[in-house]
Amino acid sequence: MIKLTIDNKIVEVEKGTTIYKAAKKVGIDIPVLCYMDLADLGIEHKPGGCRICVVEVEGRRNLAPSCSTEVTEGMVVNTHSIRVLNARRIVMELILSDHPKECLVCPKSGNCELQSIAIKLGIRDIPYQEISEMSTYRVDFSPSIIRNMDKCIMCRRCETMCNEFQTVGALSAVNRGFMSVVAPAFEMDLEDSVCTYCGQCVAVCPTAALTEVDHTNKLIRDLANPNKTVIVQTAPAVRAALGEEFGLEPGTLVTGKMVSALRQLGFKYVFDTDFAADLTIMEEGTELLERLSKHLKGDKNVKLPILTSCCPGWVNFFESQFTDMLDIPSTARSPQQMFGAIAKTYFAQKINVKREDLIVVSIMPCLAKKYECQRDEFKVNGNPDVDYSISTRELASLIKRANISFNSLQDDDFDAPLGESSGAGVIFGATGGVIEAAVRTAYELFTGKSLEKVDFKELRGMEGIRQATIDFGGTPINIGIAHGLGKARQLLESIRKGESNFHAIEIMACPGGCIGGGGQPLHHGKTEILKKRMEAIYREDEGKTIRKSHENPYIIKLYEEFLGKPMSDKAHKLLHTHYVDKKKRIIYI
Amino acid sequence: MSNIKVELKKNQVDKIKEICKSFNNNPGELINALHKVQSTFGYLPAEVQEVVSQEMDVPLSKVYGVVTFYSFFSMIPKGKYPISICTGTACYVRGAETVLQEFKKELGIEVGETTADGKFSIGCLRCVGACGLAPVVMVGEKTYGRVSPEMVKDIIKEYNE
Repeated sequence: MIKLTIDNKIVEVEKGTTIYKAAKKVGIDIPVLCYMDLADLGIEHKPGGCRICVVEVEGRRNLAPSCSTEVTEGMVVNTHSIRVLNARRIVMELILSDHPKECLVCPKSGNCELQSIAIKLGIRDIPYQEISEMSTYRVDFSPSIIRNMDKCIMCRRCETMCNEFQTVGALSAVNRGFMSVVAPAFEMDLEDSVCTYCGQCVAVCPTAALTEVDHTNKLIRDLANPNKTVIVQTAPAVRAALGEEFGLEPGTLVTGKMVSALRQLGFKYVFDTDFAADLTIMEEGTELLERLSKHLKGDKNVKLPILTSCCPGWVNFFESQFTDMLDIPSTARSPQQMFGAIAKTYFAQKINVKREDLIVVSIMPCLAKKYECQRDEFKVNGNPDVDYSISTRELASLIKRANISFNSLQDDDFDAPLGESSGAGVIFGATGGVIEAAVRTAYELFTGKSLEKVDFKELRGMEGIRQATIDFGGTPINIGIAHGLGKARQLLESIRKGESNFHAIEIMACPGGCIGGGGQPLHHGKTEILKKRMEAIYREDEGKTIRKSHENPYIIKLYEEFLGKPMSDKAHKLLHTHYVDKKKRIIYI
Repeated sequence: MSNIKVELKKNQVDKIKEICKSFNNNPGELINALHKVQSTFGYLPAEVQEVVSQEMDVPLSKVYGVVTFYSFFSMIPKGKYPISICTGTACYVRGAETVLQEFKKELGIEVGETTADGKFSIGCLRCVGACGLAPVVMVGEKTYGRVSPEMVKDIIKEYNE
């Protein structure tokens, strides 16, 4: 143990601890900007670049960056001497001198870490402006993410998420000096790069350098159009996080309030993506059983393990980086797209509205969903099954704009028929949930027996890679789970080498699954929030009377009235897809 | 960055692969590998970086990041007659900057660029060890001493004939 003094307080910490963490232990909160500790994800980003966190160490010539300086025995640290306060102020003034001054209309205003620190440091003036140039860059628009690098402060958190955590490798610091910026290779558009739109860069960006494409104004216009019927679907993870935007404790379930708010906003029908999640289980589960029974009969050509295909970030990842394995994932569309396909056929017929007059909006914890719904495969004569997707954050902004007092709303219920769901549909929002939902259904279909215990706790948790063997009435089924694309890569590489003995694998691009998606309320490094959201998801599942997808009465009815049976021709046409080799699309200039 | 489209021939790709292999395809040797590749090809166009990225198992964005960080690396091929102007201390104080401006004006290109006909490129270097001749300009292997802005036209003319 190492003993030191910080601001006259004696601290004892383990060897290797940084000054920043030691100070935190005794309640001293040194401001940090580029630094980010995502302890639950095994990521500690400490480039020591911004120098906001400098402190004075007795006997040391220069100020020390506390985020990356380790403590030593007998060290005497002052975190707020005049020298420190002056240095911190000047550092901040210099950063701000090359930052646009448009806080009033900035999408990050009120939720910006640069702004918070400027407030904390009491900055009242930005000198150097007349003598300094601004480094300006072209704004890069993609279907999901906007890069406005004028607002980049080179903290390089996005780079760490993109390269170390996700192993996507789309972003890197390029050029040098004043012109240095984080960009894709050759400064090409994000859209032409290997970016998966997972949005984890947006989730950690302290400023508005990386933001989502905002569809709220478009939605307001559509809701006001009397010729359109606007309906909405909400993803499972949204209800477990939306409350945070209204000051509620992380992990508060706001399903009923969310439905009320959506109705007040003017949606004609409020539906649930969970319904489509149940539908996904019917299709994906059937596909799993089909491949499994062929495999058990000794068919050597059958592709196993089957990989889930609900997560669009993950789909983009294997389409650009594992192009030799495009035939392994399930062909089932994601719940968002299944919902859209059913809404614009089955439901449109039911309410007698033309496809073009029905607008399907999705509320998603995800930014890749914005891209997914624009894919050509999910359009009929140019009309998309899902017109556009808005994030949890965008929904919160709309609710505030409409003067809806969210916390005092009464609970309301989803509409029928696309609003009814089982607990299995709900748990899609957390890592391991899709495969648990699939097991609940596949077990019963495979064994013909009823499942006594529907909770498969062995499939739950926050570990990056998990595995479990489930006994399907004497047949052991090996299940793998990964969340985070870096972990997915590890599993995929073992499959490629032929070392994997899994029958089915669930993969989610974001930490914790959709609850940690790029469109969720910002966690600002507090990853314990993800665990709270996860608990909320499982609570919602437990509270449901129906816990298995194939027992959802509206799903049964949908097959009876419309689809026939899972994997039927009609189901194939509406609910399945194919994958594209995107490597070919990425042309370097 | 360059907008010249390069199509690599199979033997060129093999050469890059061979260089990467000589560094055991170790990502930590990226800079050394790029150095060697540039000395073989003269410059590092996007297509070459792509092969290096695959072979060294480093994301393309990182390779590009390294290439744009170090001024030694170039994505533009040098001209047939590469002009290097010394901007080291001695040459600088004796007017290298005005000489450089004159070359830029005459050729209509910036430092690090190549003329459209591929004939000339301008680069800066720091001290060639001939400070007595400052300011010094090199065209290819040939050295010119005590260069004044007035001499620039004639120097270029030598190579335009």
